[in-house]
Amino acid sequence: MHQEATRARPGAGGTGGMIRIEDLHRSFDGLPVLKGVSLALDQGELLALIGRSGYGKSVLLKHIAGLLRPDSGRVLIGGEDMAGLRGRRLSRLRERLGFLFQGGALFDSMTVYENVAFPLREKTRMSEEDIRERVLEELSRVGLSGAEEKYPSQISGGMQKRAALARELISEPEIMLFDEPTTGLDPIFGHAILKLIDDLHRRLGFTGILVTHEIHKVFEVVDRVAFLHEGRIQAQGPPDEILASEDALVRQFVRGEIEGPISVE
Amino acid sequence: MGLFLAQAAITCFIPPVKISRLAKQIHFIGLQSMLVIVLTGSFTGMVLGLQGFYTLNRFGSEAFLGPMVALSLIKEMGPVISGLMVTGRAGSAVAAEIGIMRISDQIDALTLMGLNPFRYLIVPNLLAALIALPLLTAVFDVVGILGGYMVGVKLLGVGSGTYFGEMTNYVDFSDVLEGLYKSLSFGVIIAWICCYKGYYTGIHTGFGAEGVSRATTQAVVFSSVLILVWDYFMTSIMF
Repeated sequence: MHQEATRARPGAGGTGGMIRIEDLHRSFDGLPVLKGVSLALDQGELLALIGRSGYGKSVLLKHIAGLLRPDSGRVLIGGEDMAGLRGRRLSRLRERLGFLFQGGALFDSMTVYENVAFPLREKTRMSEEDIRERVLEELSRVGLSGAEEKYPSQISGGMQKRAALARELISEPEIMLFDEPTTGLDPIFGHAILKLIDDLHRRLGFTGILVTHEIHKVFEVVDRVAFLHEGRIQAQGPPDEILASEDALVRQFVRGEIEGPISVE
Repeated sequence: MGLFLAQAAITCFIPPVKISRLAKQIHFIGLQSMLVIVLTGSFTGMVLGLQGFYTLNRFGSEAFLGPMVALSLIKEMGPVISGLMVTGRAGSAVAAEIGIMRISDQIDALTLMGLNPFRYLIVPNLLAALIALPLLTAVFDVVGILGGYMVGVKLLGVGSGTYFGEMTNYVDFSDVLEGLYKSLSFGVIIAWICCYKGYYTGIHTGFGAEGVSRATTQAVVFSSVLILVWDYFMTSIMF
């Protein structure tokens, strides 16, 4: 079971005890998307990764998860280089990670219960009775008691995200990556998901990266914000600092202004 | 594509095999294809009986209708038509299912759980096709021979003893083995191509519903063509 954890002290940049990204480059069909991203996160820190749509935030998360391999640069998880690992060692490192996909990525041929139970059934030797207890506990934690026998297509987008969150958290990951967890949800559901993530982060103490466009709401729950623009981290720091930034790029993005150095065309 | 098949083949020999998933796929690829196999098999046999009778009649050799129908079915038409039917009915569905799992990140979710997607998605389909195709082909052959019997014996008056007697004289076990080898290799082709096309939906075919649609079409067309091309090479080697 998770231990109650205290949140990392907010700061301008982590030391990279848990995640360290060094000069990451990645192109697709000759088009550079990441042009030297460097970022470091301490254990227990929750970071919001913000930036324009289509500018590589999800690509960066997939590199951290080891789903994509960089053209150059390194991603170190707990000091281990993802790109240098293969087979069972890579699988073991991935087991330390949880990834909440934009669409939830629930297995659509399984019920909510089967989805959440799946990692335990496949990766542990727990009895079905113990699995049931853990699944019901996890579903209750994300507010989904009573939805066990429903299929993903029978529940709302917000419930799908909660179910997906329960499936990730049941393996007690040390690192959680959230890829736009509020996209497609109404403001109330979106806020509820962010509050749930904040609550779970406080209770479980995972290290997390949260990609989102909910600038102001997410600033209330994270320790640090990093702004990805044109393939690089253009600015990072505590939420208050980013909000008060005099940098023209950051200010335009955070305030959502049309006029400024970022072209809207 | 070769690497994909090699990886799938290697994973087949690394335990544990997902038995429940394998049983589900045997049911889907095998049992649920039975109706279409029985229908196509019986009508193929009936057409062979009809065409064969009138062709052999020109040479006064109607007595050889039984072996002609049996050899055509066992060596050639049984494996090929079964393969094409399974490609259309089950292969397309396999490609679409895996393709949808790819574009909705379900395969990435499996990977991030530290689980091997090949073990969960590809191996059960490969093994199920290897088990189901020879059995479906056997059903196709038997039903086809009975279809030929109905037309040749019951409608056109060839003797029942002649139909089956000449068949046992001219059909060897090696002919049955040839059909078996063909059906096994067609099973591999169907699972290989359809899983591959589904697995790489997005990368090779574009994303979204259109990507899945294109992957499914490519899977069916490519599998069907490869079955016919491979059939020619197998036949030329085995003769």
